[in-house]
Amino acid sequence: MTAQQIAGDRAPVAGVRALTLRYGDVTALEDVTLDIPAGRMVGLIGPDGVGKSSLLSLLAGARVIQDGDVHVLGGDMRDAAHRRRVGPRIAYMPQGLGRNLYPTLSVQENLDFFGSLFGHDKAERARRSDDLLGATGMLPFRDRPAAKLSGGMKQKLGLCCALIHDPDFLILDEPTTGVDPLARRQFWDLIARISRDRPQMSVITATAYMEEAAGFDWLVAMNAGRVLATGTPAELLDQTGAGTLDDAFIALLPQEDRGADSALVIPPWQGRDDDFAIEAEGLTMRFGDFTAVDTVSFRIRRGEIFGFLGSNGCGKTTTMKMLTGLLEPSEGRAKLFGHEVDARNLAVRRRVGFMSQAFSLYSELTVRQNLELHARLFSMEEGAIPARVQAMIDRFGLSDVTHAMPEALPLGMRQRLSLAVAMIHGPEILILDEPTSGVDPVARNGFWRILAELSRDDGVTIFVSTHFMNEAEWCDRISLMHAGKVLVSDTAQAIAESKGHDTLEDAFVDYLEEAIGEGEPAPQSQAPAPAPTGNAQGTPARFSLRRLLSYSQLEYLQLRRDPIRLAMALIGSLLLMIVIGYGINMDVEDLSFAALDRDHTTTSRDYIENIAGSRYFIEQPPLSGYDDLDAQMRAGRISLAIEIPPGFASDIARGRDVAVGAWYDGAAPQRATTVQGYVQGMHGDWIRRHMREAFGAAAIAGDFELVTRYRYNPDVRSVIAIVPAVIPILLLIIPAMLTTLSVARERELGSIINFYVTPVTRFEFLIGKQLPYIAIGMLNFFLMLAMARLLFGVPFNGSLAGFTLAALVYVTATTALGFLVSVFIASQVAALFATALLTLIPAISYSGLIDPVASLAGFGQVIGTIYPTTWFVTVARGAFLKAFGLAEMIPPMLAMGLAVPVILIAAMYFLKKQAR
Amino acid sequence: MNFKNIWNLGIKELRGLLRDPVMLILIAYSFSLSIWTSSNSAPEALAKATISIVDEDRSHLSSRIASAFYLPYFLPPNMITTDEMDARMDAGTDTFALTIPPDFARDVLAGKAPAMQLNVDATRMSQAFTGSGYIQQIVNAEVAEYVAGQRAEAALPVGLALRARYNPSLDPVWFGAITSVMQSITMLSLVLTGAALIREKEHGTVEHLLVMPVSAGEIMLSKIWSMGGVVLLASAFSLVVVVQGVMAVPIAGSLPLFLAGAVLMLFAMTAMGVYMATVAGTMPQFALLMMLVLLPLQVLSGALTPRESMPEIIQTLMLAAPNTHFVMMSQSILFRGAGIATVWPQFLALALIGTVLFTLALRRFRTFLR
Repeated sequence: MTAQQIAGDRAPVAGVRALTLRYGDVTALEDVTLDIPAGRMVGLIGPDGVGKSSLLSLLAGARVIQDGDVHVLGGDMRDAAHRRRVGPRIAYMPQGLGRNLYPTLSVQENLDFFGSLFGHDKAERARRSDDLLGATGMLPFRDRPAAKLSGGMKQKLGLCCALIHDPDFLILDEPTTGVDPLARRQFWDLIARISRDRPQMSVITATAYMEEAAGFDWLVAMNAGRVLATGTPAELLDQTGAGTLDDAFIALLPQEDRGADSALVIPPWQGRDDDFAIEAEGLTMRFGDFTAVDTVSFRIRRGEIFGFLGSNGCGKTTTMKMLTGLLEPSEGRAKLFGHEVDARNLAVRRRVGFMSQAFSLYSELTVRQNLELHARLFSMEEGAIPARVQAMIDRFGLSDVTHAMPEALPLGMRQRLSLAVAMIHGPEILILDEPTSGVDPVARNGFWRILAELSRDDGVTIFVSTHFMNEAEWCDRISLMHAGKVLVSDTAQAIAESKGHDTLEDAFVDYLEEAIGEGEPAPQSQAPAPAPTGNAQGTPARFSLRRLLSYSQLEYLQLRRDPIRLAMALIGSLLLMIVIGYGINMDVEDLSFAALDRDHTTTSRDYIENIAGSRYFIEQPPLSGYDDLDAQMRAGRISLAIEIPPGFASDIARGRDVAVGAWYDGAAPQRATTVQGYVQGMHGDWIRRHMREAFGAAAIAGDFELVTRYRYNPDVRSVIAIVPAVIPILLLIIPAMLTTLSVARERELGSIINFYVTPVTRFEFLIGKQLPYIAIGMLNFFLMLAMARLLFGVPFNGSLAGFTLAALVYVTATTALGFLVSVFIASQVAALFATALLTLIPAISYSGLIDPVASLAGFGQVIGTIYPTTWFVTVARGAFLKAFGLAEMIPPMLAMGLAVPVILIAAMYFLKKQAR
Repeated sequence: MNFKNIWNLGIKELRGLLRDPVMLILIAYSFSLSIWTSSNSAPEALAKATISIVDEDRSHLSSRIASAFYLPYFLPPNMITTDEMDARMDAGTDTFALTIPPDFARDVLAGKAPAMQLNVDATRMSQAFTGSGYIQQIVNAEVAEYVAGQRAEAALPVGLALRARYNPSLDPVWFGAITSVMQSITMLSLVLTGAALIREKEHGTVEHLLVMPVSAGEIMLSKIWSMGGVVLLASAFSLVVVVQGVMAVPIAGSLPLFLAGAVLMLFAMTAMGVYMATVAGTMPQFALLMMLVLLPLQVLSGALTPRESMPEIIQTLMLAAPNTHFVMMSQSILFRGAGIATVWPQFLALALIGTVLFTLALRRFRTFLR
């Protein structure tokens, strides 16, 4: 008996019962019941948005089960203990090119990260990654950052990362979408080889390519959240009596979803050979030393459908951008209708419609609003817009969804909307960048039917890029592109014949192999080494230092590759320290004042001199009267005005009641109080001096004397008091912001999936990520300490060791605080805003920087008491100014230390190990 | 320049904002609750200061002095011993410690002018000076009352009539509320435009616009008028309803004049937001950059502490920041009731800075889109 037969008889690797999943109002899966046979290649086919990805993520344990049951590898996936047990036996590659990879890390570093998440030691990781890279032909690229790999290589790397731990159940979500035919072929060869060597492995994969699905052992056809049919490809063909899987799938659909019955036939193009709509001559685009597009030339005749084929990253998009004027070519020329493309020529733009690869509709506008906005932007006449919008809605079949948001629409319909938007102003040229990527066959057929109409009936020139060979065959002419160069341009038939093949795909692969032969080395076709013996995959340990450190290493590498972020984190805090240290200045000095002297005697001048001579006030030109006083003070030019009444000197001499008037600006009460104090003090001084001169020393003897000692800061200088307290504030804001973004970013970019599907625990994930940021925080701490000492000249009297220890506790708390924020907030913008709000205000207002916490009112005081910053401000001032030893630092350190477990446990509690 | 495009794109921005509940909540929060809490928790110049008394005299006078410290200026004093004093001051428990020496009352009556010692924690800048002044006055009054009738006092021959203008009772809520509004204006105008532009770039919709017959200037102006308009409306609402209405803070000058100045400020700040978004490639970079820019702007603009007290070089540098002029202008109009005749130099400066920032941002924005 062969391994295959045994596998067929085994219990299913996974099964779902009555599985239902909803996202808000949208039902992704509805009552799905399915068994997935073990040891086979299972394909999941169906239009986009029918629940394929949802089903796969549920099988991988990456998503929370709402209704129904999911059993994988002999256990219930609702059970966290079971998920932890089987996690290492499942590998999951989410949809999207390199979605679970870290773009700034190199190939080798990505592999190492995944390896260490599964507990491999260094030697083991090296052995496994050498095997996998060798088998995939990636060895020469092991030091290249993942972001710089081509689409096909990214997917191979993703597969390597998925296979690094010898999984028993491999879950692939559209692994080959957006990958060129050669890379696709190599990818499936690789999977086939691996499953030959590891017959116990079961594979389930979703795909948009029916030709790939035909090669699988067993298929599941899905539509609208339900399973339509299951069986081998042959069984499905038999069942429907169709000739190809494409047709079989369409036949399985309910009648209303099938689209037009007739096969799409595009009548041949008829037009003038010398009437060119688009011309490219030697177009070249360089980004630094990388040549994205290398002397590309072609001419597209008016009314033609011209196809552009090639893998992701081969330069198709860049070429299209140069044609639309989005990019200025480094060399060469692009012409539309015989005019050179000029980004400033808005008139030419009106004749072109562009649909970019990235989904470029406004997700915040409804379908109708999107159409109306674009109509207006193309300066269509206001009166003509409703009719035109309606015409587009009817033509593109959007009438049921005019008030829906684009994000709520299935991909196929969104692409139709994008096309409608590109067509709203009736352009003569349409430039479409991969309009049908990820769209199911029915929707693609419908889409091309529209393109054919536009071209043949309306004479629109269409320049379209695609990955689908059947679409390429519908084009009048195509170009094959690879690594920035056009390999061949001709009709599909001529290209196939030129290489003596029946199909375009085979010819394309030939061309690619030829091109690669000159450039990149082809993959070595050795199979990966057999699975290591004794690969006992028991339940992973509850805690693994290696997994924890692998996240630390990951953060460290990402930080190192982003020097801007790192520099801003370090230099930024020093800069801010200068700003706040000098800026928050409580010394009220050099205030401007002016006098309104109505006496003009020596005595009155002496009084004014007394004020002008102090370091607090600077005299401005004298005032001429009340109006002048009003004007000066209103404009903020003076803070204090002194009015000396007429007869001031003579009244004093005669002992009559006399009063000096002092007006001061009360707008800023803090400053006003200080001014008030100064004026009273100086007034008293002057009188005492005057009396002493008049009556002798005895006249001014007081009842008692108050000796005031200003401790810790004898000169009462702001800088001395503020700078030590700035350190806690900056050690809060910057580390918290960095950790918040590190989680929010993983979530927004999709790599959070690695946390969902690998054995890493919440504790390891958070602490692992935290360590590098604690290190940055401590580095910041020492830099700021040095600056406080050297630049600001703040004396340091306390225990350095104690202060450092307290800083460590504090930075641990502040980095944890960042995590807590990020757990609740999904988007980076909101996370950034929320962190600013939650750290800046409490830190500056409530933590004793300026006003002691005891003086705060109500809410502020409560926050101030529990906020760790308050306690570290006490330690910092103590260490700098109050000669704190370790003993004095212990109580505030304990108060801060209490916050660490509280915040971390809260973050861990709310951080979910699965997507919702 | 096509005004219809600017209008239509602006409407799109507003619709987008309308569908972003988090942003809406944050805007509402920063112009209502945040202003209320931050201005109300700002204490008076001297409020609830902590004081301890070491009473070695234990006389009638010393207990009268101890009972003269009460709210709102001082928390009830703690009676401690000399030994406890240092530790309490070190821990920051007390800001002031007053030591009344043995036989103080007797010596006062005997005319020996005994010395009393006041220890002040001078790291508590906001209270150190004013607090000592208050303590001096309080003790003076108590001692004077105690000795009243026993000895003739030489009256001060010259009075001092102190009058605080614009805020006669020196109510800190007035200042706090209006400063908060100004800070919210600064922060939101920067965040709304900058973050929105980065998000649009990350989603690829900016690029899409550029293949349409819309110029970079039109895109920028549409963002400026829409986001600036939102902030302007929110701040007008905040001043009328929250500050004047709920918090009953009087506004001295003309609100329309202030809003006109705010328009210029928003023009400058939103242009700066666009500029920063073009400098920062990604959201984390933008976040850090924003911190680096926002904090100096807020702290050094003169809204928190007077400009006069800053080092000369910082004062000069900050003249290039729109905030500085905006703060001068707002304080003049809102607190002191100044008219255009007084604040026109600030209007001019804001318009100038705004134009320069807009030009720089537009130039960068064009290359950013390439």
